[in-house]
Amino acid sequence: MDVILFLIFAVLAVGCAVNVVLQPHPIASAVSLIGVMGSLAVLYLLLGAEFVAAAQVIVYAGAVMVLFIFVIMLLNAGREERRGRSYVVRLLGLPLLVSLLGLLAVLARGLGGDTAVSFGNFTAGAGEVGRALFTRYLLPFEITSLLILVAILGAMVLGRKEID
Amino acid sequence: MNYFVLSLVKAAVVAGALLTTLAYLQWVERKVLAHIQARLGPWRVGPHGLLQPLADVIKLLTKEDLLPPHVNKPLFLAAPFIAVTTALLTVAVIPLGPEVRVGGVVTAMQLADLNIGVLFVLAVSSLGVYGIVLAGWASNNKYSLLGGLRSSAQVISYELPLAFAIVAPLLLANTLSLRGIVENQGGYLLGVLPNWHIFQGPWPQLLSLAIFVVAGFAEVNRIPFDLPEAENELVAGYHTEYSSMKFAAFFMAEYANILTLCLMTTVLFLGGWHAPWPSRLGSDYAPALLFGLAGAAALHYGLRARRRRDRKTLPAVAAVWFAAAAVFLLPAARAYLLPLFWFGLKTALVMFFVIWVRGTLPRFRYDQLMSFAWKGLFPLALANLFLTGLLVALS
Repeated sequence: MDVILFLIFAVLAVGCAVNVVLQPHPIASAVSLIGVMGSLAVLYLLLGAEFVAAAQVIVYAGAVMVLFIFVIMLLNAGREERRGRSYVVRLLGLPLLVSLLGLLAVLARGLGGDTAVSFGNFTAGAGEVGRALFTRYLLPFEITSLLILVAILGAMVLGRKEID
Repeated sequence: MNYFVLSLVKAAVVAGALLTTLAYLQWVERKVLAHIQARLGPWRVGPHGLLQPLADVIKLLTKEDLLPPHVNKPLFLAAPFIAVTTALLTVAVIPLGPEVRVGGVVTAMQLADLNIGVLFVLAVSSLGVYGIVLAGWASNNKYSLLGGLRSSAQVISYELPLAFAIVAPLLLANTLSLRGIVENQGGYLLGVLPNWHIFQGPWPQLLSLAIFVVAGFAEVNRIPFDLPEAENELVAGYHTEYSSMKFAAFFMAEYANILTLCLMTTVLFLGGWHAPWPSRLGSDYAPALLFGLAGAAALHYGLRARRRRDRKTLPAVAAVWFAAAAVFLLPAARAYLLPLFWFGLKTALVMFFVIWVRGTLPRFRYDQLMSFAWKGLFPLALANLFLTGLLVALS
């Protein structure tokens, strides 16, 4: 049962991800990206990481993607125009893709180590995640928040310049 | 009993109750609004317009389903589906009562007790905005687009104070499970005052309740925050191009979201199914007394009614009330009817408040809406959360 669900949602995630690139319209790409986020959340759920799955849906599918779609709608972005691809791209595209996929596969094989991943194995809830964030990963956590603050300030400065 | 069979039965009961409630919510809202405005409200279909929801459903089903030629078809068709699915999904984790024994089967009065129940509700309701946004975009109509844009901006802005207002009672309950949250509110302070989160120490969550309800109004696009469908500016907002059942889907989603807001208010702040005063002071007999009084009033007016028809119908209504009172006196039925009664009563009172606000307040201007969220509600929610955390950590 777990394996079947994993296969369904893994295929869905990859399919949606490919669709993000292929769709000519930005809104359709964004909707596909929501599909990717949702499928990833289900994969987390299959591993037993309920909190991470819920956070994935709330933060990425619920907040970040709404902002994306908001911006796309506000800018009224139209269909992407397809130009003919250059000769180099047509010649090198497929070999490069195949070699990249091969590289990824080799790397992924080496990554797992000896411990096999099993479904429902991950038992840490919200408490454990919070404790880890505020003890072991405190510095990266705080630095990330600082980075976001800098980004917000930058956006405000840039936005203000245009009004003057 | 088999777990799957049991779940199916429970799901059928909850779904049936939910859909009936949603249909009659509109009747209740129209009646309450009408009386606020000194009108009668629905009156023609059935006694006191009680069959009006049924008539509305038939009307919506038989209307012509238009598909405008200029829309983006896949997203236009998907949007009402997304809206109604996400709106109806949240009721699955709402705990309606404690564990009960029905004919040898012990089961909780709840479809699924997730240990991330609160997050589930937040996640599902945050997906619900896609229904509105995509409807607005796919309609290819400037009014719809503006409605969708307003809705997405509004939902993003008000989701932060809403989430902070939810986190504060979670700090008191120390769990994310909705059942655990309600169980944390059992018992009575000083023997009389209910231990609900709005009264519970070290920092009673009255401010959280206020922030939650105000932000919730904005989340479900209710007056005074119903800018996405402001009819004097946007025709009907995001659902301008929809007709027949697709329009009904948006309508239903809106009411389901309001119901979710009321249910969550009851669960998070008002003690869920716990009675407002202890049973040793007679709270177990309150429903029977209430129904009995209603029956007595109906009988009193029925016996001296001026219209001849009322002399038959009012005693019949009285009989129904007395029967309800008698059911609440049966010891066998009490175990699962009492929690449902208190839960339903609290939800209904919150719902009445929501309708009352609609009948009272005018609509905000859009810049007022945004500055209220970011400059008023958000700092307030942050301060409230900080204070709650500080006092919980100290005690």
